[in-house]
Amino acid sequence: MEFAFTEEQVMIADTARGFFAEHATSARTRAAMAADGIDRELWSSFCNELGLAGVGVPEALGGAGLGMVEFALIAEAAGAQVAALPLMGNARAAHALVAGGTPEQQARWLPALVSGESIATSASSQDASFSNGKLSGTFRFAPHGGSADLLLLTAGEQCLVVEASAPGVAVTAHVTMDQTRPLATIVLNNAPAETVADHAAANRALDVTGLICLAAEALGGAQAALDRTVAYSKERVQFGRAIGSFQAYKHRLADMMIEIEQARSAVYWAACAIDEGSDEAQIALHSAKAFCADTFHMCAGNMIQLHGGIGFTWEHDAHLFFKRARSILSMLGDSQWHREQIAALVLDQAA
Amino acid sequence: MKLGFSAEDEAFRAECAGWLQAQMAGPFADIRGIPNLCDEIPRRKEWEQQLAADRWSCIGWPAAWGGRDATLAQQVIFAEEYARAGAPNRINHIGVELAGPTILAFGSEAQKAQYLPDIVAGRKIWCQGYSEPGAGSDLANVKTKARLEDGDWVVDGQKVWTSLAHYSDMIFVVARSEEGSKGPKGLSFLLMDMDQPGVEVRPIRQINGEAEFNETFLTEARCPADAMLGAAGDGWKVAMALLAFERGVSTLGQQMQFRNELDAVIAAARTNGKAADPIIRQRIAQAEIGLRLMRYGALRMLSNTDLSDIDGAALTYKIQWAKWRRDLGELAMDVLGQEAEIAASNHYEWGVLPNIYLYSRSDTIYGGTNQIQRNLIAERGLGMPREPRGIS
Repeated sequence: MEFAFTEEQVMIADTARGFFAEHATSARTRAAMAADGIDRELWSSFCNELGLAGVGVPEALGGAGLGMVEFALIAEAAGAQVAALPLMGNARAAHALVAGGTPEQQARWLPALVSGESIATSASSQDASFSNGKLSGTFRFAPHGGSADLLLLTAGEQCLVVEASAPGVAVTAHVTMDQTRPLATIVLNNAPAETVADHAAANRALDVTGLICLAAEALGGAQAALDRTVAYSKERVQFGRAIGSFQAYKHRLADMMIEIEQARSAVYWAACAIDEGSDEAQIALHSAKAFCADTFHMCAGNMIQLHGGIGFTWEHDAHLFFKRARSILSMLGDSQWHREQIAALVLDQAA
Repeated sequence: MKLGFSAEDEAFRAECAGWLQAQMAGPFADIRGIPNLCDEIPRRKEWEQQLAADRWSCIGWPAAWGGRDATLAQQVIFAEEYARAGAPNRINHIGVELAGPTILAFGSEAQKAQYLPDIVAGRKIWCQGYSEPGAGSDLANVKTKARLEDGDWVVDGQKVWTSLAHYSDMIFVVARSEEGSKGPKGLSFLLMDMDQPGVEVRPIRQINGEAEFNETFLTEARCPADAMLGAAGDGWKVAMALLAFERGVSTLGQQMQFRNELDAVIAAARTNGKAADPIIRQRIAQAEIGLRLMRYGALRMLSNTDLSDIDGAALTYKIQWAKWRRDLGELAMDVLGQEAEIAASNHYEWGVLPNIYLYSRSDTIYGGTNQIQRNLIAERGLGMPREPRGIS
């Protein structure tokens, strides 16, 4: 039984945690929130000094050649600080191009995605139309879409590569509840688009990377919400006692830890199942997304409640966690949808 | 980080699965899959002895004491295959999983020679004398007294919730051997024969109609002075070490039983059409997620070789499975509807699914209630202030 991190994995986790704790400070995240939701300095040092933006990209294509477990460790660490980074968009696009892109697309985009020079986003549409190299349609809810250079768009079964600067591309950035990952609407009107070499593989990589990223971020965020609340409860005194000595308070914290421990099993089960090509991979992905998103939202809500009035202020960071948790709940399928996929797997197959 | 087991371990799996399945298809087919702990006692003793005959009864123990020196992974695999084969719950699980490992850890060579062979061979069944009417969650409040007289410990008091005491041969008793002592100090851990005039067992009927638990009255019950693990006054230390064995490798076998239970709920939902109800579908999916997360939580716990860290997976495991199983019982009843309210015969006896609903109310109580578990998680896992103690 080796369902434990290797020494190398522990080192990656420690490095990433230390990096985000030091650099992804509240002040810098808030500065990014007031702009386009990206802390450029953080992003640049994450990609170049830490060299972790290409963790899941093979070495031959300029990455670190590691797997989903390592990617999850990094996303977990970023989530713990609610870091304002296009981590998900770049990883999804890079992994999709690795899995299904043409050699030309890989050569054109992977170095820029790994170095952080280019920013990518992904979105899907059921009623877009593609013919003769031109794509038309509306793609909503593109994370960090307003800042993206590269658009990896899923139109039905197809996966298409579009440059944001191309003619016929109109991107509208929205003010979004979670300002650390603002959403944009992309409208294409006969915009030039390239098909990938393997649509199914590229779309699968978009899904897998997105779900692992969100589940791992949620795990990190939930654990941070618990840790910060524990610290506060030992300092804050009411009725002559630290408020953390009240059993009603302790039991809420315990309930958070119970869910977080399961969320941790969920993330690394799913990441490992993907890396090993396990036949449990699909159920693991649905489980991880649904369970971790629910856990993060519960923990972030408790973080506000257990901080009392200060937790409701703009000044305190609790709302950053709460809003990130809410956006993760809806992104890439809500928890009910993922549970229904699991129900279909276990109930609707022939006995 | 890896999900699976090594090729060597998988070979071991094939070996033990082959043996278990052959036994359950052949000589012990009559007790395959029986759900509770109280039925078919003589056959189940024979089963224990068959396990022993082929050296499968205590595989984690040293070979010198009848075990196989099995690795943790092999013990996990055996527990999984045992449940998968539908082999009946071990009637001597208290002897095999609790008393034996504690004797191995704390017993003298003479004590090991005296007690272990009968456990391995399935000759003597053990029960646990911990709880008392005034010492439930507050176990250290034990009042049962032990005094030395003519080279014997003489024990007076009452134990309660002694599972399976009515057919046990031996009991381990936590008793207050130092007069006037309080709390965890002054306790001793005694190994006593059940078959003596000073021991009286009265069954306690539970909400499901069965009587797995008992009250055990000790009135001048005796054991030799050296039938004690650790020294006089070490009882609390030994008792707590024993509880740590409780959440060992058997957890994955328990999960195979849970798998069978959830499969029964799924089968019922498919048969009666509830599988089309969107809310039932959500709840079944939630149960499926919870069960799989239990498995990977247990694998994390068992793969964790650094025991100096606080192991969050281990600390939260009890409340996790207890809540899961209570939810499963409620889901089972909602799937079955009013059919579940009617017993299969004109006795007050329940099939597997309604019985989970009733029985699982005890899961959140025994072995530390959910409320005690939350205190432990907050205090040990999160470093929160301890609960104030009352003045007694």
